[in-house]
Amino acid sequence: MSNQTPLLQVRDVCVHFPIPAARDWPWQPIPKLKAVDGVSFDLMPGETLGVVGESGCGKSTLARALIGLVKATSGDIMWDGKNLAGMDDASFHDVRRNMQMIFQDPLASLNPRMTIGDIIAEPLRNYEPNLSQDEVKSKVRQIMDRVGLLPNVINRYPHEFSGGQCQRVGIARALILKPKLIICDEPVSALDVSIQAQVVNLLKELQDEMGLALVFIAHDLSVVKHISDRVLVMYLGNEAELATSESLYANPTHPYTQALLSAVPVPDPELERTKTIQLLEGDLPSPINPPSGCVFRTRCPKVQDSCAEVRPSLKGEDHHKVACPVMMP
Amino acid sequence: MSLLEVKDLQVHFSTPDGDVTAVNNLNFSLEAGQTLGIVGESGSGKSQTAFSIMGLLAKNGRTGGEALFEGQQVLNLPERELNRIRAEKISMIFQDPMTSLNPYMKVGTQLMEVLMLHKGMGKTEAFEESVRMLDAVKMPESRKRMDMYPHEFSGGMRQRVMIAMALLCRPKLLIADEPTTALDVTVQAQIMDLLNDLKRDFNTAIIMITHDLGVVAGICDKVLVMYAGQTMEYGTTDEIFYKPTHPYTIGLLESIPTLKTEGAILPTIQGNPPNLLNLPVGCPFQERCTHVMDSCRQQMPELTHFGNGRQRSCLWQPENLTGEA
Repeated sequence: MSNQTPLLQVRDVCVHFPIPAARDWPWQPIPKLKAVDGVSFDLMPGETLGVVGESGCGKSTLARALIGLVKATSGDIMWDGKNLAGMDDASFHDVRRNMQMIFQDPLASLNPRMTIGDIIAEPLRNYEPNLSQDEVKSKVRQIMDRVGLLPNVINRYPHEFSGGQCQRVGIARALILKPKLIICDEPVSALDVSIQAQVVNLLKELQDEMGLALVFIAHDLSVVKHISDRVLVMYLGNEAELATSESLYANPTHPYTQALLSAVPVPDPELERTKTIQLLEGDLPSPINPPSGCVFRTRCPKVQDSCAEVRPSLKGEDHHKVACPVMMP
Repeated sequence: MSLLEVKDLQVHFSTPDGDVTAVNNLNFSLEAGQTLGIVGESGSGKSQTAFSIMGLLAKNGRTGGEALFEGQQVLNLPERELNRIRAEKISMIFQDPMTSLNPYMKVGTQLMEVLMLHKGMGKTEAFEESVRMLDAVKMPESRKRMDMYPHEFSGGMRQRVMIAMALLCRPKLLIADEPTTALDVTVQAQIMDLLNDLKRDFNTAIIMITHDLGVVAGICDKVLVMYAGQTMEYGTTDEIFYKPTHPYTIGLLESIPTLKTEGAILPTIQGNPPNLLNLPVGCPFQERCTHVMDSCRQQMPELTHFGNGRQRSCLWQPENLTGEA
């Protein structure tokens, strides 16, 4: 896979939001909320990258920056070798066809006044306006069948469906253009356990069938482990650890990853009663005013004086990179 | 005598589309200092069970059966008597810490209000007691926090305020309705740790409503598995996790991906939960069950008691079923 060109190359991407209200006086410089602060990774065709971290760590903003819903303040996002930043609207329109998104809240991401059939057909109408009604309909039926929606629901409205069904509609809508990349922003967090497994399996099957690349954002580490080839752990807009799924879960190196993994509840009473959790003290620092040096140092159990000076960057072998000079000198 | 004894609990709602039975024929009991987990998917009636005990049902809701708290029936009590029991003896933590605090009131005022109303304390005394309770839930700088508004707190901190508020009157029973669902895993671990400490320190009984079986494994002594308002299975945590006898429990346990799960495809429970407005005749789980038989479609399997106080409602007889009563 290493000689292929990456589908997506992300280099040092930052997304900063200016917060004028956070200053005391108008002549002061406008403070910036650093939602994403220097993230780099490559995504190969057909690969799944899991992105994990607590709420507020910038995973959703990263997803939005990738697909162009927010503009990256600095850094480069390259799609198939072409930089998205300098691209005109028409060429970006073509790129977007190959990049689709599935959202967290299944019901809220569907227009309540459109039927399921119309919702799924909308990307086709946008990108292939020359298709006849019948062709559109047959394509919609085909994809509905693929994601496990019965053909007789085509004229129903989103409110008539359960969360899991709505998420299938969202997946069908994302798939109908046969994209190369789907960005899934917490696609299963709002679903019940039994339904969650169905949707995860569906995504995996579709990926194998269509050669999709996935960026899978979630806070549930077990789900991420199950679906991802590689996992990126984020903390306060920064990368903490980027490794293959096996390597990360077998050998978590960054203190934050270790704490995160130890906190996952295990559905086994014996293990759960005896295990030791590495509790993190305190709360997430404000991203408007992040700590100097390593952003995790205020809560890190292994903190040293040198951590306050330099911001660590990802170092290590290709299959396991860690941004922590203490754990990985 | 048990602290809480629930017998044949039923909750019905009359809606324009007809009567909905949200909870049907529920039985369980809870001793002081014990923790009961109620598990089920959304719509399985776990929250309505809690609301009916607390007298918080919506206006179109009706309850039936018995819920005896220290021997006293608490269902359908008049508001005045309920108010004496709520907060003082039974209190509740809600799912969403963002919306269950009053955004217009300082956190301190909200805490003190409880003590002044229920314990008749004066302002200074109530203030000191509230600070003590915030310390007990490990809130840093508790004195300073009393003077802050809920929006100045993070989700985990707000949930600590909710827990402190629920514990102010030292209740004997705490009902926690998905207390950690809205929180991150690291914060969830902190809150669960805290609840375990409080259970030990105050000998409070807890009803933990959740859909996360990992949470149940960590804190609960007994587990009640609900589906479409019915008891599917009831037993001690170890029995439910290591010797599940109901196809739904088994499916639920298998379909959770854990950090140890290997392999490409997760086992799933096929299909979707039924609509409570038109439940199928017979067992509500029949459409998704792997062991469904003809008799399952004819009548609801009776709740059978077996073993050491276990209950199950299923016609399928697994091999590990022993000691049927």
